[in-house]
Amino acid sequence: MNSKEIWVFIEISDTGVEPVSWELLGKARELANKVNFLVTSIIISNKESKIAEEAIARGSDKVLYIIHNECSHYSFELFTKIITDLNEKFKPEILLMPATHNSRDLAGRLAIRLHTGLTADVVQLDINNQGILLGAVPGFGGSILAIIKCEQSIPQMATVRPGIFQSILPDQNRKGTIEYIFPQIKENLKETILIKKITLNKEDISKSPRLVIAGRGISSNLNEIRLLAELINGGVGVTRPISDMGLFGREHQIGSTGISVKSKLAIIFGASGATHFSSGIKNVETVISINLDHKALINEVSDYFIIADASEILPRIIDKLKLKMELIK
Amino acid sequence: MKGINIVVCVKIVPKPEEVKLNLETNTLDRANASSIINPPDKNAIETAIQLKQIYGGQITVISMGPPFFDGFMKLIISMGVDKAILLSDRAFAGADTYPTTKTLSQAIKKLGNVDLVICGEESADGGTGNVPPGIAEWLNYSQATYCHEIDYDASEQRFIVKRSISDGFEIISIPKPAVVSVELNINTPRFPDFSLKKELDNNKHKIPIWSATDLDLEPNEIGLSGSFTTVDSLIQAKGLERKQIQIIGNIDDIVDQLVDLIINK
Ligand SMILES: Cc1cc2nc3c(=O)[nH]c(=O)nc-3n(C[C@H](O)[C@H](O)[C@H](O)COP(=O)(O)OP(=O)(O)OC[C@H]3O[C@@H](n4cnc5c(N)ncnc54)[C@H](O)[C@@H]3O)c2cc1C
Ligand SMILES: Nc1ncnc2c1ncn2[C@@H]1O[C@H](COP(=O)(O)O)[C@@H](O)[C@H]1O
Repeated sequence: MNSKEIWVFIEISDTGVEPVSWELLGKARELANKVNFLVTSIIISNKESKIAEEAIARGSDKVLYIIHNECSHYSFELFTKIITDLNEKFKPEILLMPATHNSRDLAGRLAIRLHTGLTADVVQLDINNQGILLGAVPGFGGSILAIIKCEQSIPQMATVRPGIFQSILPDQNRKGTIEYIFPQIKENLKETILIKKITLNKEDISKSPRLVIAGRGISSNLNEIRLLAELINGGVGVTRPISDMGLFGREHQIGSTGISVKSKLAIIFGASGATHFSSGIKNVETVISINLDHKALINEVSDYFIIADASEILPRIIDKLKLKMELIK
Repeated sequence: MKGINIVVCVKIVPKPEEVKLNLETNTLDRANASSIINPPDKNAIETAIQLKQIYGGQITVISMGPPFFDGFMKLIISMGVDKAILLSDRAFAGADTYPTTKTLSQAIKKLGNVDLVICGEESADGGTGNVPPGIAEWLNYSQATYCHEIDYDASEQRFIVKRSISDGFEIISIPKPAVVSVELNINTPRFPDFSLKKELDNNKHKIPIWSATDLDLEPNEIGLSGSFTTVDSLIQAKGLERKQIQIIGNIDDIVDQLVDLIINK
C-alpha cells in the first residue's frame, strides 16, 4: 500500500537527540492517526545507533536512517542535499522539523530548494480532512497568532518550537521498519569547516514551579536575584538583554527567542514587558512584577504589580522571607 | 576590488507592542504603529561597518518595503554605509519567505561581486530567520546563522564565524560568498550622524528604488502570487487572564504583602 507520509526530522546534537524531536514525533503520530498517514523519522548520522529503535518506540512507523561519515555534525550542505534526495524518492506530504538554530538554518534553505512553503516557528498544529497542515505562528513577539497553510506544494514544511507538544513514552512493543541508507555524495560538496565546538551544560528552568525573573532594571543586583530564587526553591529567569550581556546563559532567557515557562509563580523585577518577552510568561499561573514605571507594559500582564524601585524592594523581600522562614522552622 | 563587498539586508518593521488585532474585522491594525529598523538588523549594519573599518570595501543596504521607507534608508546612510537601495513595488506585497528571498537575492545578483550578505537573526514582526538561508540558497552562497562573531580570512577568502546552537557554540569557517545572520545585541550600533541625515534630506538625495522590472522578476515570482503559504486566519494569542491588581502602600506594607503572596503560592 502506498500511504501518505508525515516526516519528522530527528535532530541530534552532541548531547543526544534534541528533546523537541520526540515532541514532534508525538504530535506527528496524533496528526497521522487523524488522516491515516504514516509517520517516518529521518535520522542523519555518521554511525548506527539505538536512536532508530527509540524513534519507533516513540511513534514512528518507519525510520529512514542515513549514514555518512561526514554527518557527525550538522552542515547545511550535506543535510540539505540528503533530505532533498530523500524527498525526491519518497515524496512525503509533510515535513516537520524542530525550530532550533540548526534545524531552522536547514529548513530555510531546504524550503527554497524543494520549492515549497514553510510555516515557521509553529506553536499549534492541526490537520484537516484533506491532509492540509494548519500551523499557528506567533507574530509581533507572540501577541498575535496567524494560522498558516500550504495547499499548493509538498512537502508542507513546518518548524516547531520546543516545549509545546508532548512526546510519547517509549513503547518497546511498537512495530516499525528501519531502512539504512548510505548516500553517495560527491566530494567537496561540504565546504564548511568545523573549527571548534563548545558544549555547555545547561540548567533547565522550564519545569521550575517558581521563578524569579530579572530584567535590565535590576541588572546590577543579580546576586540578590539568585539568592531570592534559592530561598523560594525556584529558578532564575532573565530577559534577553541580561542573557545578551552574558550575565546568565541563554537557557535562562524567557520569551519568543528563549523559552516559554508554565511555572506556578513568577516574580519579575525591572522588566519592561515587551511582547517578545511577555509571550514567554503567558502560561504562568501567578505573575507579580516590580517596575519603576507606572506605564510599563509589564503591569498589564501581571496579576499583582508594584510601582517601586526594585533594588530597594528586593533585599527587603529577602530579609523578610528569611525571617518568616526562621519562624516557620 | 579591494576589501569586502558587503550587502546588509534591513527590514523596517512596525513596533510589535503597537500592533493590535482588530477582533471585529480580524485584520491587523498597523496604522497606529510606528515603524523601526528591525533591531538585529542594526547589529548587522554595525557588523558591516566594523568589518569595513578593518578590511576596507563597500557596504550596500537593501530593503524590501514601501517607498515611504526611504527616510529610514537615509538614516542608515547616516550611520555610515555607502549606499542604500529600496526594493519597492506594489506587486511585492504579501510575500512569504519564498518570494521575499527571491526578490532580495535578485537585487544582490544585480549588485554583482558581493562577498558577504549580512542579515539580522529574525524580523521582529513575525519572521523566523528563514530569509538568510533562503537568500543563500537562491544565490548558491555558503551560510551561517545566529552568529555573534564574524571575521574574514583574506588569504583563504573565508569567513570565520562563531554561532550559537542548542547545546552551546561552534566556530565554523565558510567560503565566500556567504550569507550570515547576526544575533540581536551582539554589538552597540552607532548613532547616525544627524547632520549628514539633514544634508541628505535637504539635498533631496534620492534613494534608488528598484521595481520588479528592474529586478527581472515575473509577476508569478513575487508577492502574494509567488508565495506558497497563505494565512488562513488570525487569532489573539491567549494567555491566562491577569488580575492587574496594583499593590500600594508604604514600602513595609508592600514588602509584607509581597512576602505573603510568595509564601502562599
Ligand atoms: C527579534 C527579537 C526577539 C526578541 N526576543 C526576546 C526574548 O526572547 N526575550 C526577551 O526578554 N526579549 C526579547 N527581545 C527584546 C525585547 O523586545 C525587549 O527589548 C526586552 O525584553 C527588554 O528587556 P528588559 O525589559 O529587561 O529591558 P528594558 O526594556 O530596558 O526595561 C527595563 C525596565 O526596567 C525598569 N526599571 C529600571 N530601573 C528600575 C528599578 N530600579 N526598579 C524597577 N524597575 C526599573 C524600567 O522602567 C523598564 O521598564 C527580542 C527582540 C527582538 C527584536
Ligand atoms: N523585506 C526585507 N527586506 C530586507 N531584508 C529583510 C526583509 N525581510 C527579512 N530580511 C532580512 O532577513 C532577516 C531575517 O528575517 P526573517 O527571516 O523574516 O525573520 C532580517 O533580520 C533581515 O536582515
